Amino acid sequence: MTGRTPEQRWLAWQSVDSGRLMLFGVASALVVVGLAGTAPHVRYPDIAIAFGLFIAFGELLRLSLPGGREGAPIAMTAAFAYAMAVKVAHDDKVLYLHTPILQVIAVTAVGMSLGALPHIAAGRQAGLTAMSARLVSVACVATVFRTIVRAEPLAAHWVADLAVMAVMVALGWLIETLICAIIRADDLRARYVVTLSDELAVQWRLGLASGMSAIITVFGAEVMGIAELAVFAGPLLVIQFAFRRYASIRATYLQTVRALAQVTEVGGYVETGHSLRVTRLALAVGRELGMPETDLLDLEYAALMHDIGQLSLVEPIPGGATVLVPHADAHRIADLGAEVIRRTGLLDTVADLVRCQWLPYHGGHREPPLGSRIIRAANALDDLVVGSADRDRITAALARLRADTASEYDPEVIEALAVVADRLPVSRL
Amino acid sequence: MESDADRLDGVTLSGVNDRHKVGEENMGRLSWITWLYIAAIVAAAAAILSLAPTGSRSLDFWVTYAVLALLFLICESTPTALARQSSWSPSSAATLAAVVLIGSTGAAMVGAVAVLSVRRRVPAAERLFNGAMYAVAGYAAGLTYATLGGRPMMATSHLLGALSGTAFHLHVSGMFAGMLEPFAAAAVVHVLVNHGLLWAMLMLDRHGRAAAQRTTPGSSLPGLLACDLGFAALGLVIAALWPVIGPFAAAIVLVPLFVARWAMGQFAEQQRAHQATLAALCQAVETKDYYTRGHSERVSRGAGMIARQIGMRSDRAEAVRFAGMLHDVGKLGVPTRVLQKDGPLTEEEFAAIQLHPMRGLEIVREIGFLNEALTGIMHHHERMDGRGYPMGFAADEIPEFARIIAVADAFDSMTSTRAYRKAVRIADAVAELRKGAGSQFDPKIVDAFIGALDREGWHMQEPARPRGDEIFTSQDHDDPTSPLRVVEVV
Repeated sequence: MTGRTPEQRWLAWQSVDSGRLMLFGVASALVVVGLAGTAPHVRYPDIAIAFGLFIAFGELLRLSLPGGREGAPIAMTAAFAYAMAVKVAHDDKVLYLHTPILQVIAVTAVGMSLGALPHIAAGRQAGLTAMSARLVSVACVATVFRTIVRAEPLAAHWVADLAVMAVMVALGWLIETLICAIIRADDLRARYVVTLSDELAVQWRLGLASGMSAIITVFGAEVMGIAELAVFAGPLLVIQFAFRRYASIRATYLQTVRALAQVTEVGGYVETGHSLRVTRLALAVGRELGMPETDLLDLEYAALMHDIGQLSLVEPIPGGATVLVPHADAHRIADLGAEVIRRTGLLDTVADLVRCQWLPYHGGHREPPLGSRIIRAANALDDLVVGSADRDRITAALARLRADTASEYDPEVIEALAVVADRLPVSRL
Repeated sequence: MESDADRLDGVTLSGVNDRHKVGEENMGRLSWITWLYIAAIVAAAAAILSLAPTGSRSLDFWVTYAVLALLFLICESTPTALARQSSWSPSSAATLAAVVLIGSTGAAMVGAVAVLSVRRRVPAAERLFNGAMYAVAGYAAGLTYATLGGRPMMATSHLLGALSGTAFHLHVSGMFAGMLEPFAAAAVVHVLVNHGLLWAMLMLDRHGRAAAQRTTPGSSLPGLLACDLGFAALGLVIAALWPVIGPFAAAIVLVPLFVARWAMGQFAEQQRAHQATLAALCQAVETKDYYTRGHSERVSRGAGMIARQIGMRSDRAEAVRFAGMLHDVGKLGVPTRVLQKDGPLTEEEFAAIQLHPMRGLEIVREIGFLNEALTGIMHHHERMDGRGYPMGFAADEIPEFARIIAVADAFDSMTSTRAYRKAVRIADAVAELRKGAGSQFDPKIVDAFIGALDREGWHMQEPARPRGDEIFTSQDHDDPTSPLRVVEVV
């Protein structure tokens, strides 16, 4: 995890695209303006330091979420709370905070950088993209909220306060999600609408929890004072723990499925790397066709295990190329594989995808699911080109598949496959 | 499929054990001393509740009590995997909020509500015990809080004030100064009393004891402690927000709780799927030979027995069970015709079989959590005298995991029926193990295994009933009673 190869570094640099550059630009402009505007005169330095430390703590406890995402719910809670805190108990009296917008931005930026330092020291990624998105979102909330409050001081009734703050955290969350979705659509070469709905589906629970916690913190600051702020991280610690375990078991699960997929390779049933290559191709095609993330996960599992049925053969098929065996055998292999997967009890959709991978596109008694059609096409292409990046060979293979689109392959899938194959080598798929 | 599901259930490799279940399964056969213990706790709780001064309660007290009791009930009635795993439940937040808002008796009364938990299939005795336990824990926490100088917030007008919207924080602010320490102490006491009482209950009950040993918080302990801290903090958050937003404080903390519950539910589901997938990996190995069905699982169980007997740390014990489960996964890399060959093997074929631990390693190396289990998979055919394979390690060079699996593997191989012979009796298999101790097996591990056998017994595999279309092996690589025959090179 620690050392990155030159190639990876090169790829990382390659991935700095226009969307990212713009985001970095906005974020650094915010940092510069915020620091310049705050440095001459810091209001309530002790409160600023307390919130800054809270944000740093949250950034330290970053969370990796399923799908290679990253979140910092505690940092967001602290930053939103600082943006919206109007009254703070201080030495037995209530302070009315008129924190300037620029100071909110500066404190957030400094806190985040402090919290990110240990990550960088440990050789992990700095996570600049996600941090920039968070900073922009906090800046927006601070700007809107402080403008409203200046025009119209918060009402005396807590219900009105609550409503205003709820709208604010929802706004902040939406902005962060939008930015992440744009970046992700770029990274994965997926459609923006799809990544946005994925992002909303994955993040809303965490967003809700951290937004609520921000509101709780604002209310609590009126009563408890600044030193006791840490208490409000309590509920989030529980959530953090739960999500961490969830993310880690999901990663482990994927590793186990990969191991299961490798079994056929070690057993000499299929070419080395076949399952992984088919999976990469299938995922890229799935994205190209705009499949949502949940379906992509099923597709990934199914593609990894699509050849598992061969285990029940006594003798391996020569070269493991299932595209070359008679249909009846291929069917039997797919059924046996689906049976192995079905025994895991929880992957019924995946088993179905594997079972249907040999159904012809037309002429069967039912149309196979999209995932199966994709696996079928990706498998056929890899069986024909065996991981080679030779353009001519790929073109020839695609031509052969196209010739069969009338009955065997889904033409739409084959076209998407052609687009994806055009981006070979596979490393950047 | 039915039997498959049962089997998977039996392979509970990690500790999502439900401590409440201990009571569910065994309430019918509790010993008299356990009943006495329950009676004592219930009596203590009854005394606490009846000593409470009545009559002088204000309306505020009762409204606050009702809201907190409802919160407690919601938390108790919707157990999460997290809460079930070790009875740490978010309900402690309600009790601890009660400690601050309505005093120690109030906290005891909130805890007693556990009797009414709407969870199904909880026997009456267990309900009663839970209610009494939480009442005692709440009271103890309340006493600690008061003793250390924590001020009760039983103000009369908070509730009505919050509802009417008048800002109270002016005289409320600063009220919390100096109450953090007493509250922290109260939270610690609550956890200690709660766990102490529950632990004693489990220790008194023989079945409970076995279940408690199976439960392995292990590596997640720091995380669970963080959770405890978080739940306690929730109690303080409720108490702090009460003067500002009234009973709504209880509602607002439910949101994070339910998000956490969702994540824990997902975790539990993924974990089940993961275990099922590991089982599928093993079954894939076993399709190659009908007679080795269930072998991986039994070796896994045997390895777990040895680990418990030698007092291994719970997370390592779990890892050794995984290693036992996956130890023969490399057989997938050995051509089927070699595994099923009738008659002596050629040098090459024997070499292919000797390669299977390495193949196994190759397959599962990428699975991150296995770590030490990998050494067990790779070296389970090493011998103490150094004549094993693949590395020819001797004595202490062999990793502990591998020595454990070697014993469990050989024992199960002997005591299960094979196509070419009937199962060996347990006594004979034990004698065989003793004979091999020192040369093939680690004597300490053999002793531990025999001790565990005496204590826990061994489930013999019922003879496999072939379906008729299998090809049978005539020898087996891990069977010490009939070693593989290799063609002599002339």
